[in-house]
Amino acid sequence: MSDVITYAPLLLQGLLITVLVTVLGAILTVVTAFTAGLARLSQHWWLRWPAGVFVEVFRGTSLLVQMFWFFFALPFFGFQLAPLTAAVLALGFNEGAYGAEIVRGTISSRAAGQSEACVALGMGRALRMRRVLIPQSIPAMLPPFCNVMVDLLKNTSLVSLVTVADLTFRGQMVRSTTGQTTAVFLTILVLYFVLSSLISLLMKWLERRFALDRRPKSRRDQPGPLVKAGMPV
Amino acid sequence: MIWDSEFALSILPDLLQGLWVTVQITLAGTVIAMILGLVVAVIRFSRLPVVSQLFNFYVQFVRGTPLLIQAYCAFFILPNYGLSFSPMATGIVVIGINYSAYTAEVYRSGIHDVPPGQWEAAKALNLPIGATWTRIILPQAVRSVIPLLGNYLIQMFKDSAVLSAITVFELLAHAQAIGSNNFRYLEPLTIAGLLFLLVSYPASQMVRRLERRLAPAH
Amino acid sequence: MPPHIDTESAPVPESTPAAAREVMISFDDVSKRWGDNEVLRSLNFDVKSGEKVSIIGPSGSGKTTILRILMTLETPDTGLVTVNGETLWDVKPGSRPKETKQMRATRRHVGMVFQQFNLFPHMTALENVLEAPTRVLKLDKEEARQRSVELLEMVGLSKHLDHKPPKLSGGQQQRVAIARALAMRPKVLLFDEPTSALDPELIGEVLNVIRELAVSTDMTMLMVTHEMRFAEEISDRVVMFDHGSVVEQGPPGEIFKAPKEDRTKSFLHAVLSH
Repeated sequence: MSDVITYAPLLLQGLLITVLVTVLGAILTVVTAFTAGLARLSQHWWLRWPAGVFVEVFRGTSLLVQMFWFFFALPFFGFQLAPLTAAVLALGFNEGAYGAEIVRGTISSRAAGQSEACVALGMGRALRMRRVLIPQSIPAMLPPFCNVMVDLLKNTSLVSLVTVADLTFRGQMVRSTTGQTTAVFLTILVLYFVLSSLISLLMKWLERRFALDRRPKSRRDQPGPLVKAGMPV
Repeated sequence: MIWDSEFALSILPDLLQGLWVTVQITLAGTVIAMILGLVVAVIRFSRLPVVSQLFNFYVQFVRGTPLLIQAYCAFFILPNYGLSFSPMATGIVVIGINYSAYTAEVYRSGIHDVPPGQWEAAKALNLPIGATWTRIILPQAVRSVIPLLGNYLIQMFKDSAVLSAITVFELLAHAQAIGSNNFRYLEPLTIAGLLFLLVSYPASQMVRRLERRLAPAH
Repeated sequence: MPPHIDTESAPVPESTPAAAREVMISFDDVSKRWGDNEVLRSLNFDVKSGEKVSIIGPSGSGKTTILRILMTLETPDTGLVTVNGETLWDVKPGSRPKETKQMRATRRHVGMVFQQFNLFPHMTALENVLEAPTRVLKLDKEEARQRSVELLEMVGLSKHLDHKPPKLSGGQQQRVAIARALAMRPKVLLFDEPTSALDPELIGEVLNVIRELAVSTDMTMLMVTHEMRFAEEISDRVVMFDHGSVVEQGPPGEIFKAPKEDRTKSFLHAVLSH
């Protein structure tokens, strides 16, 4: 255990990289989710189709394959990405594709009833989406997005496999120099658990802040803990 | 020409072998996840004093930590204590345990949705608790969550690529090996991706159909 | 409908007057409360063997709780409950009783028919009836099957043996539920508003079956019901229940024709004027 303490600064550096990758990945996830999700709801086929293909490809293949593809295969097209860039792109697009289905599912389930009211008020489609549907849908999106974010955090451990020096990567280093396998890995396991618990707490807090109404919801309305990020919503 | 079709074709049989390993991992892992998840769900539901709490933590902890680290723990730590298994066996057990935490939640929702009247009727007939679970509650609970379980099966199929990190020679590991031997990653990684898609996309469409078919029974 | 109904009990011994028979169900100082609501207040209440008793009263007055305590679906806060002379509940104030072997053994004498039928939806009518006799009584498969078929014939469902509950009407489902309860050969059969969840045109078929049981068996029957005419017809005794205690009780003619208590009068007035 003392070895682990000696190498604590190294692990801490890795932890910071993990947090950085998570934050960057989360930003890209949200942007991707709303772009692709709204595009799939578009009236124009030339927006709907590419978004559909994007979502199905990123949901249908393994994240790790996607990460390797960005890192190893993309250079054949002349793009040499830094490991961190490749990692964040793969994470953001992959989780974003799952997020897109959440965005699409939540908005389209609300659209039916609300749209009539908006048409009656003479609101155009774009205005309706921006002013009514999206803001209304956000509280319902938060619980499934919580799962996506926890998943994102856990999946950042894969960036170590494309040489990003995150917590997992540093852990492997410390393990091979000290041979303290058990201590190192259990430490890392607990650190990830703490991080994912923090994300859950943060998302719960956001849920409370965004809650439109405080009526107790029936259990069925909250797919929250039931659905692993990435499940069709 | 960036894409080398001839090379792509030549590596296909090798990659298909990898796909077969991936499928085997998924099926074996699914068996573990389905059974273990069921046991965990029933124990949690039974509200046994300390044990149920323990399993609550189990579910939370497994869901809160990365599959990769879980795999590393099993792969690197266990041999230190004299427990050595093949990477494949280790991988299957790890992914099975990982997904049991998710299937346990799925079963729990299914069990929760069985009306209380079913428990009462079983009690009124004096059915013992074991028979109440196996004959009355679980058949109804499991039926309603089959599509959700199907989705996890597909998810596990994709996630199993992570096991390449503990030297399980599945689809992605095959692609990587081909890439590093030939210094060409484009074809093997692209084909590997397409193979994943080729299985998971139709499978998820099937689950969707199943979902629609089972839905009105409620 | 076949003339005889095969239950374990012997046919009604016409010579024995009800008063001389043994006590089958006994509530001794039983109390139960939900928060501020006293569902049962120190209830003392006996049912004799073979007696058919109907409990009437406003909803929420605790009638169903009596049945649910007998089926051990609910726990009394205090009191002693016996069935067939065996202890079902013996709860001291403040204690939290658990399910015991004794309780399970005593519970075997009791069967229950629920308001919502509570059939097992994934099993056919026959499987519903067959389940407990094979699993609990460990009857021989063929014998149990034979008997289950007879019971379903008795309730008029011989054409529906292989149908699952969702395919049956409410009245048919409730008749399967009665057959299922009878299959366990209970000494006591509880009916918890057995026709309340039924469409009006289906009530008759269920009442017919219950009536048949009442006249042709020596089973002790305890029924919570809103069907006043039916209660009057089949009961040996009617119990008016309100606010957790017995308001008055007596032969149906007395209670329905000449109630003594004001609460009974106003209750009967309200239901019968409907």
